[in-house]
Amino acid sequence: MDYETLKLIWWALIGVLLIGFAITDGFDMGVGMLLRVIARTDIERRVMINTVGPHWEGNQVWLITAGGAIFAAWPMVYAAAFSGLYAALIITLLALFFRPVGFDYRSKIGDWRWREAWDWGLTIGGVVPALIFGVAFGNLLLGLPFNLDDLLRPSYEGSFWALLHPFALVCGLLSVAMLAMQGGAWLQLKTEGLLLSRARRITEITAWAVIGLFILAGIWLLLGVDGLHIVEGRPADEAITPLMKTVAAGNSGWQANFRAQPALYAIPLLGIIAALATALLSRRESNLVFVASSICLTAIILTPAVALFPFVMPSSVNPDISLTMWDATSSKLTLGLMLVAAAVFVPIILLYTAWCYRRMFGRVSKQYIEDNSHSSY
Amino acid sequence: MIDEAVVDLSRLQFALTALYHFLFVPLTLGLSFILAIMESCYVMSGKEIYKDMTKFWGKLFGINFAMGVTTGITLEFQFGTNWSYYSHYVGDIFGVPLAIEGLMAFFLESTFVGLFFFGWDRLTKVQHLVVTWLVAIGSNLSALWILIANGWMQYPTGAEFNYESMRMELDSFADVLFNPVAQVKFVHTVAAGYTTGAMFVLSVSAYYLLRNRDLPFARRSFAIASSFGLASALSVIVLGDESGYTVGDIQKTKLAAIEAAWETEDPPASFTLFAIPDRENQTNHYAVEIPWVMGLIATRSIDEPVLGFDKLIPQHEQRIRNGILAYETLEQLRAGDTSDETRRQFADLRADLGFGLLLKRQTDNISAATEEQIKRAAQDSIPSVPLLFWTFRIMVGCGLLMLFVFAAAFIESARHHSAASKRLLRLCMWSLPLPWIAAECGWVVAESGRQPWSIAEVLPTYLSASSITRGEVIGSLAAIIAFYTFLLVVEVYLMQRFIRKGPSSLGTGRYHFELAAEHTAQRT
Repeated sequence: MDYETLKLIWWALIGVLLIGFAITDGFDMGVGMLLRVIARTDIERRVMINTVGPHWEGNQVWLITAGGAIFAAWPMVYAAAFSGLYAALIITLLALFFRPVGFDYRSKIGDWRWREAWDWGLTIGGVVPALIFGVAFGNLLLGLPFNLDDLLRPSYEGSFWALLHPFALVCGLLSVAMLAMQGGAWLQLKTEGLLLSRARRITEITAWAVIGLFILAGIWLLLGVDGLHIVEGRPADEAITPLMKTVAAGNSGWQANFRAQPALYAIPLLGIIAALATALLSRRESNLVFVASSICLTAIILTPAVALFPFVMPSSVNPDISLTMWDATSSKLTLGLMLVAAAVFVPIILLYTAWCYRRMFGRVSKQYIEDNSHSSY
Repeated sequence: MIDEAVVDLSRLQFALTALYHFLFVPLTLGLSFILAIMESCYVMSGKEIYKDMTKFWGKLFGINFAMGVTTGITLEFQFGTNWSYYSHYVGDIFGVPLAIEGLMAFFLESTFVGLFFFGWDRLTKVQHLVVTWLVAIGSNLSALWILIANGWMQYPTGAEFNYESMRMELDSFADVLFNPVAQVKFVHTVAAGYTTGAMFVLSVSAYYLLRNRDLPFARRSFAIASSFGLASALSVIVLGDESGYTVGDIQKTKLAAIEAAWETEDPPASFTLFAIPDRENQTNHYAVEIPWVMGLIATRSIDEPVLGFDKLIPQHEQRIRNGILAYETLEQLRAGDTSDETRRQFADLRADLGFGLLLKRQTDNISAATEEQIKRAAQDSIPSVPLLFWTFRIMVGCGLLMLFVFAAAFIESARHHSAASKRLLRLCMWSLPLPWIAAECGWVVAESGRQPWSIAEVLPTYLSASSITRGEVIGSLAAIIAFYTFLLVVEVYLMQRFIRKGPSSLGTGRYHFELAAEHTAQRT
């Protein structure tokens, strides 16, 4: 397989991992966000937590593996993004710390202050990472103020506060709404009674918020954000570094790819339709709502990815060194090897994950929690 | 220039987060296998008590596992946040085992751990047993890939520097995979994990036996832990010796630091049992030596010398001089002179490029390094001797002590004494901290012994750091320490609470406190 194809496949595979993260870990983060919103009593909160109890740990591995895959396939992106967004990433990690301990420790002691404290932890562990990931995506579209010296050492010239650009904040809110919607859709599959009807309402509300925020972000992007395009560069099948191209501004709102391939407009459109379907399906009992919500997440995440293509991490201070999926990649051997690993393991992972979900299928009732008070979360 | 304080703070942060993570990992590695063994006993014998054992120790496993996950997330992302030049420079190789770890091991472990806790009523006996085994296998595979990555930092085989991309690139994955350092590290580390798990179960069971509580439960746990622990402790020591041999072969500087070998002895070298290493004067005070032992461990011969710093530092100095040439040739290549001649010259010199980069700490302009700077770089090319010397001895001491405890416990439980001697039980109980002390010291020996390199002889730690500010690292360090310490306090609190409750916490109605309550209820 030639180098160019490998680079393309890895662009797609990292997309798969991030979307896998949003769909799976997204719903348990969403449940965390909604914990204090729709559950009124301790037993209701326990029901919610136990719907994700058997799965959140495996779900979170999508994030860990996406991190590892970016390290291996796009080392320069991993290096520049994580060091540049230092404070944001550390805050994300601190918020994520609450989840494993929150899930596992909450039920171990009956005291309500103890449980209340962990519930806050689980809420933070859902909201903060979602917000920051969205803000980060927004900043990718705006361009990040980073540079590379001639030894390819990345340096960052902005501050943490500069990340909180209003456009990026809209993206952050969009991301929070998306995961809350996903959490709501999951609860529709797994709860019953009052909790179920509240889950249906919150899913509908967040789905409308997703539609509004997505359209707002889209218009803002078209009117207010200047994209980039490559003026001159080396062929994609060569081993190239980010220092070997010239980039110019003037791809207003990153729409060049959509203009060149109008069929691509189907992606953002699908995002809106799927969100609409999620809202409407929430009005009656339907397991399809989770499918609709997952499709919505997929389409919305693909939209900025396609808009930026081939850019991955545009630089606002020195556009020439912007990182692209052609020039920030690993060597051919590494990409090839990793592809073999992914081709072998991803299907196996999907198989056993599906088996686990099938085994745990069914609604979690208050009765179940009361009967299994010692062993459930 | 890179801010030296950022480098030091980032090192401190990495060391602390890794040491915290390593408080939980060994117990996960060991306890997961012990759970699998207990559940196998349940499935084969059909006795409920083994199921209760699996569930109770599984509860404690869960408390520990949550912290392992919490502290593990940081490590996956910290290379990028604090060591961005490292990530760029070696990501082509180092990222691969990390990504495969996620795909092959961490997914397996984490997906099935949920079923381990929640699947008791949903799965058949055999299915659940398979799940438990998969958790154990997954966590051990996870350790394998992480140690392949770590082994490559210690001994970077299978990769070459590419001047066009300014980084190390993968050359042979088989070399990375079958790296001898990684292999011995893996077996030594997982065996240390098994020892930790066994000591945990042994110690807690001894506590119940001393209190005369839940005797059938505690006795069975004690027996499993003592036999599993004896086998593990023996393996750790044998494999640690193998590790010593590999280190002696490949990481001569680390070995010299462990031994505080300032001067090369006539072979076979003696083992220094006790000394106060003095870096300033390059000598040891109050040394107590055992003749021959070190030479035998490190070289498996009586005529090969174990090199001391008197030989190693001049070797490093020579390599630094070659490194300057390599760096100059690299600059020529990057300036566009890619003639065959220059490329050949670079190919000859590039093995020493890393040594040239050591000078970056002294000067920005490597080509213009002064004699004094070269000498200082050579002096700085060895790790902290007192630190290695002592952590190594503490590790070995704890290991031998544990071997003794497990052997005694094994003999005791093999004899089927209805009541094991109180003295032995107390010894078992108070031995609880030993595996953790040993594991943390072992980590210090391995990683501090790699300094001043992040990738041995390829990339200096100093150069690896990110271009971030002191304020950022101080902020993250303070936040992480505060968080981890808080969580650790919570974890230890829960752990001791559930240990005190014992199997009564399962709510089966069959154990100590429940029976006591029933008893009182009947009487009144």
